[in-house]
This record gives sequence, C-alpha cells and structure tokens, in this order.
Amino acid sequence: MVQRLKEVDVVVIGVGMVGSILSKELAAAGYKVVGLERGQARFTVPEFQSPAIHDELRFDVRKALMQDNTREPVTFRNNSSQTALPVRRWESFLPGTGLGGSMVHWNGQTYRFQANDFELATRTRERYGKGFLDPDITIQDWGVTYEELEPHFDRFEYLLGTSGKAGNIKGQIMPGGDPHESPRAREYPTPPMKEHFQGALFRKAAISLGYHPFPQPSSNLSQPYTNPEGMKLNTCVFCGFCERYACEHYAKSTPQTVILPVLLANQNFELRTGCQVQRINLDSTRKRATGVNYIDAAGREFEQPAALVITSSFAINNVRMLLLSGIGKPYDPGTGKGVVGRNYAYQTMSTVASFFDQDVIINPFMASGASGTLINDFAGDNFDHAGLGFIGGAFIGAVNTNGRPIQYHPVPPGTPAWGKGWKDAVLKHYNHTVMFSLHGSSVSQRQNYLDLDPTYRDAWGQPLLRMTFDFPPNDLKMAAYVTAKAVEIGKAMGAKQVNGSPRKGPYTTQQYQTTHNTGGTVMGKDPSTSVVNRYLQCWDVPNVFVIGASNYPQNASWNPTGTLGALTYWAADALKNKYLKNPGQLVPT
Amino acid sequence: MKLPNTPNVTRRSFVASVGAATVLPPATALLADSAEAAPLAAHHGATAPTEPGQSVYLFFNVAEARFIEAACERLIPADESGAGALAAGVPNYLDKQLGGAWGAGERLYRSGPWLPGTPSQGYQLPFTPAELFHTALRAINQDLDKGGTAFGDLSAQAQDTYLKGLEAGGQDLDGVPSAVFFDMLLRMTIEGFFSDPVYGGNRAMVAWRMIGFPGAYADYYEAIDQHGVKFERAPMSIGEDRHGHVHVQPAIPATL
Repeated sequence: MVQRLKEVDVVVIGVGMVGSILSKELAAAGYKVVGLERGQARFTVPEFQSPAIHDELRFDVRKALMQDNTREPVTFRNNSSQTALPVRRWESFLPGTGLGGSMVHWNGQTYRFQANDFELATRTRERYGKGFLDPDITIQDWGVTYEELEPHFDRFEYLLGTSGKAGNIKGQIMPGGDPHESPRAREYPTPPMKEHFQGALFRKAAISLGYHPFPQPSSNLSQPYTNPEGMKLNTCVFCGFCERYACEHYAKSTPQTVILPVLLANQNFELRTGCQVQRINLDSTRKRATGVNYIDAAGREFEQPAALVITSSFAINNVRMLLLSGIGKPYDPGTGKGVVGRNYAYQTMSTVASFFDQDVIINPFMASGASGTLINDFAGDNFDHAGLGFIGGAFIGAVNTNGRPIQYHPVPPGTPAWGKGWKDAVLKHYNHTVMFSLHGSSVSQRQNYLDLDPTYRDAWGQPLLRMTFDFPPNDLKMAAYVTAKAVEIGKAMGAKQVNGSPRKGPYTTQQYQTTHNTGGTVMGKDPSTSVVNRYLQCWDVPNVFVIGASNYPQNASWNPTGTLGALTYWAADALKNKYLKNPGQLVPT
Repeated sequence: MKLPNTPNVTRRSFVASVGAATVLPPATALLADSAEAAPLAAHHGATAPTEPGQSVYLFFNVAEARFIEAACERLIPADESGAGALAAGVPNYLDKQLGGAWGAGERLYRSGPWLPGTPSQGYQLPFTPAELFHTALRAINQDLDKGGTAFGDLSAQAQDTYLKGLEAGGQDLDGVPSAVFFDMLLRMTIEGFFSDPVYGGNRAMVAWRMIGFPGAYADYYEAIDQHGVKFERAPMSIGEDRHGHVHVQPAIPATL
C-alpha cells in the first residue's frame, strides 16, 4: 500500500552539501522543498562529540559513518569478461550516509579544477595534436568554462571559509600561492593554516628543485570565521581526526556547520530522514517526472509528487537512481552508445615514503585533514606532455592528515609483515617518516562504466550498481612519471631512504585510495555523449536535475569537492533565474 | 621491564584465564576489561606489575584460546622495546570482537550467490568472522593434534614456521583458505594492539606509549609549529573522560 502525499514544488534526493545548498537556495526563493535523506539526522552536538569521536577502530576501521553496505553495496569487476561480485566490505572508496553526507567526514581539501580541465578534449587536441591520445580514451569538454564557474567557486569558498593563499588574483601572480591556478577574483576567506613539519620539509626541498610549493587550501579553518549565511566557525586545533570522522570543534566546514541550520529554520523546507528513494517516477510520455517513491525507516512506502526532482546523492548513487528510474539510455561498452553509466572515472593515487633518522621528529598525529604543503608543477597540463605518451598529472604534497596507528604505521619495503622484525620497524619509523600523496587525474575510457547488476540486489529488492573499472594505461604511465619526480623531492629533503609507490594495476577494491568516484551522469553539450546539459538538467527528462561528481566527464588532479560546490551554485543559479521562471529544456536540442 | 615472551608463560596465562572464567559472572568480567582497570593485577610472580591481566574468554573455547594466545604473541612478540600482543590483551580484544557484532558479520554484505572472486574483488566467502575463526581453528587444532604437540608448546621458531605455512595459503581449513584466516588474524591483532583500550586490547595503552601516539588527545594548536620537537605527553584513552565534553554553539540546534 503506497501512500500518496501532497505535491510539493521540489523534492531533493540526498541531503548532503549539494542537497543542502540547493534546498536552501530554492526554499529561500519561496519554493516548497522536501529533502529526502536515507540516513539519520545528526549534529555536532550531541552526535559528534569527543572523546568518543576519536575512536580509530569505530570510525576508521569499521567505517561507522559510511553507507550501510550490508543493505546497499556495489558489485565490481575489473573488465567485462569477469563476473561482478559484491564488494562485501568497503575499502577502496567510502560513500557516506546520513544528514550532511560525505562532507561530514571529509578532509576539507578544497581545490578548484583549472580552466584547462573544463575544456580538456579541445585543449589536448590543440596542444598535442589529434593522434596523441589512446583511441579508447573518451575525455570530453564539460560544456561550461572556468570563467563561467569562477563566481560560483568564490561563493562556495566563502560559504566554507576556506583557508588558503591565492596564487593568481585576476591574472596577477601572488607570492606564496599556487602560480598555476586559474585566476580567482579575490583572496581566500581566511589565511592558510599553520604548516606542519612535513610540510616545512617538503617546501624547502621543492623550492631547492625549482618548484612552487603552496599551502593546501583547507576547509578546516585557520581562524574564526562567520560566513555569508551567518554561521560561525572556530579555529582548527589539528587533532588529527578529520577524514572518516566528524569534527567536534565546529572547525571543519560541513553542511552542519555552514548551512544546514539556516536551511532547517526555513519553513519552506521539510527534512525527512530514513527515507530510501526507490525511483523517480515518470509520466506516460517518459519525458516528465511526477515525483519519487520512497520507503521510510519503518518500511512504509510513500509517493511524493513534485514538479521538480533534484538528485544530489553521492556520485555513484546518482547514476544508480537514473538507471533504476529508466531515465536516459544506459551505456553499452560494446557499441559505445548510450550515456548513463558512461565515463566512470576515479583518481590515480600514488605515494612516496621518506624515512628519516631518529633525530628527525615528525609527530604525524598533529595534523588536520588539509594542512599540508604541495606543488602543482606536475598536475593537470601544467607541464609539457609532448613525447610523454600520456595526459594528466598529479599534485605532489606532504599532505599527511594523521598518525592514527592502526592504519598509519609506515615501514620500508622488505619489512616482514609480522613478528619482531615488523614490530622493530614500526617503532623505528612511526615518528620519523614523511608520506607524500600524489593525487592523480583519471581519464575516462571506453571500457570503464557503471550499470545495474543482473544478479545481486539491495535490501529493498532492487538491483545493485555494477562497476566495471581498471586503470587506463594512460594513468599508469602518468603515475610512474610523477612518482619519479616526487622521489627526487623526498631525496632533496634529506631522507635516509625514499620509496616511491606508483599506482599499478589492476585496480583493487581492497585498498583505500580515495572516495573520488566520478562520472556516469556526465555533463556536456551533446546529448549523445552526456546525460545532463551544461546546467545539469537531464536531456531526456527536463524536470530532473542531477548534481554530483557524477557530472564530471573525467577526473582531474585534485579533490573534487571544490569544483562540485561551484557546479552546485551554478545549477542553483540556473534553476532560480532560468528554469523555474519558465520550466522547460534550457538548452535546445 | 621484563615481559613474558615464551610459550610456557603464554600457557600459564591461558590456564589462569580459564580459571577466572569459571568464577566471574559476565558483568564482572566486562568491568575487569574496562579502561580504568587497564594495568591489571599480575597473575604470577610479584615482580611483574605490567603483566597481562586475566582474559575472560566468551567466544574462544579452551583449545582455540591456547592457539590464539600463542599465535598473537608471535605476530607481535614482547621484546626489549615493550609488551607484545599477549601482554597488550590482544587475545581478549579478538574474543570480544568475534563474540560481538563484528563476529556476527557487522558491515559485511552477506547475500549470495557465493562465487570465488579475484583478489581485486576481495572477501567472497559465506563465513562470518566468527564462523571463519571457529572453522579454521578447529581444523588447525586437528592438524596440530596429529603432530602431538599443541601450538603453545612448540618452540618459537616452530610456531613461526607453522604460521608461515598458514600465511602462504596452501592449506584448506575446512573450506577456509589458510591465507584468508591468517590475514584476518593478523589484521585483528594489529587492531587490538593499537585500538583504544576500551575495546580490550592495548592495555594501559602500552602500544601507544611505545610509538609515542597520544591517543584520543586532541589539541596540538600550540605544538604543531614547534617543528621537530618531541611531543611528550602520556596518551589518553576515550575511556578516561567519563563525562565527555560538549562544545556548545547556541546558534546550532542540537536536534531538529
């Protein structure tokens, strides 16, 4: 028995950062908005308080804040010739759940993609010629430019209060910032965080090699800040419990600290938690959505009619929602036709470990999620790729975020996995090692995609999402090249031993890499190669908007959240000022 | 400090544990494992105040506990640098985890069909961790019985050789590949060694003291730019702050 509810103007699927911002913008503009969140409500007080929040076993190892994979995992295979099997425990990536979404447990690393990234196909062709790329690579332009997004990047950073140092203000290169960044209108809202020892060692070495180190842009704040919504944030104390944890200090910018209280105070908005959306409903023409069906925490099913449906879930869940709803043509890797699930990409992470003598005391546990120092000299297209045989790159940084010892106890290669040899090495190196992250881009490729699994189902009886992915050869070449550069920096720091670990295939779901899953509902100018237009509106069903990192046609060299925030404000602007004034397809086909 | 590191001592601690289990009601047993009680009373010899406390096994049977105590101590042995897994209470940690939600398959997707996967696809067996441990340990103990010597009575070298055999993965332990069992045992041993003592391992925060990790302590604002200066502070367990503390921000509602 499905209970039909009263129609509203807008239903939002997933109340994380994207859902919170859009709901707030539309509710403030006078529209009745219902936010459906599958997880539970949670707030800094009482849920996120210390000391209980500083529990590595519960939050890091057991993944307490993550999507309930006993009910809703994904299936995985490296290629289409294999049978996909359920990822029975999360390891490689960790989708969050609950009010506030994945940004509750993020690290706060807040980058902008560069102008080049948004026009990657065109600019790659222009710079390196037509035949440069492996023909299996399916990178494409986003349909929106950096210049168009700049005001929205700015707005998102000022919502978060991001701490950083500008490197390029309106074309003028600023000392101390990232000289490779695309021009920004003004300085960051707050100055950079204090630099930890690893960062200082890295900075000196990078400068000695002629590179351009800069402080990591951080949404764990360097000083108190009041954002344009009137929300107050505190100074981060470097507790070393950011990623996979919630912040008890109001120092990390999350929906709970920067916007949710404003949203929840608006009478036009209604939050419903514990609501698992089953599908977006379409009318008989299949060109108009009529609302959604969801099942609440007690198992009751409801139909929520709405004039506009926004899906703002985690990237891979956006893709699954469209597939379950029959919106857009599913991608077929055999023919290359179809769009939903196409251009799934990830991130190509490598590491370098630099082992120092006992007199160099690192204190790795003093850190925030984004207090590192890095260079962009080998990121994106900031270096000449002619003759290298790949595109893309990685930022290289001493961006250590913690010293939590179940997961962090670096030992040199060749150390026994257990016994006295292991114990000796752990004790010897724990406080004397600097780790670099090499945060690599990820090209989309014909063989990598998402669809529905034919066998395995979720707790509600619906097919699981099936992921088919392996690292493209382009990205493995990139990882090898950039890792060699990073090893040189480790040596220049004076480390006794430096070991590079370039990412190698096959991709495994069994080792944490990042939760930067992208693509599957990509944006673009051409309906035959994109699911949504440049305003993130579905080509096929114009009253459905899909907003998430699932819109990225490929992934760049940086953490995706800053760019997603810009896209969110960009879409909010299009909704308020274009679509809702005259509902219909915003881009003629 | 001198800590037990021989199979014989391991065996005595096991005997003491079984004795305790027969007289302590469960509530008392749990209290004895709380953080406040962390440096537990020595059970043999007055000269060893930091020796392991008595583990009350709720999950492991007698034969299983004998193997686990001895095996964990080989994975992380006591030595001149400090306690090993046994003194840190790792077998107790394993027992509580496997006897609780984790053992029952917490955070494990458990629907079939069950097919062998590739390494990239990860764990694909139908066993919960509890089932996996019971199954594997029964097979291991049957195997050891053939040799006539319990694992705990083997020399340290012979124990290591046996563990390496499990690690290499060649053995079928009644459906559990030995490498899968060994990997889970090793992971959980490291967890128990380094996790907060409220979970029953890392007793008296011995593992944190060894590496200099301050635990749940959380404020390094003044220390972070004192580069290269060793941070000298005793570690803190989440069990030490019984009342917790709350950062009140009146502008933000605690509840809806």
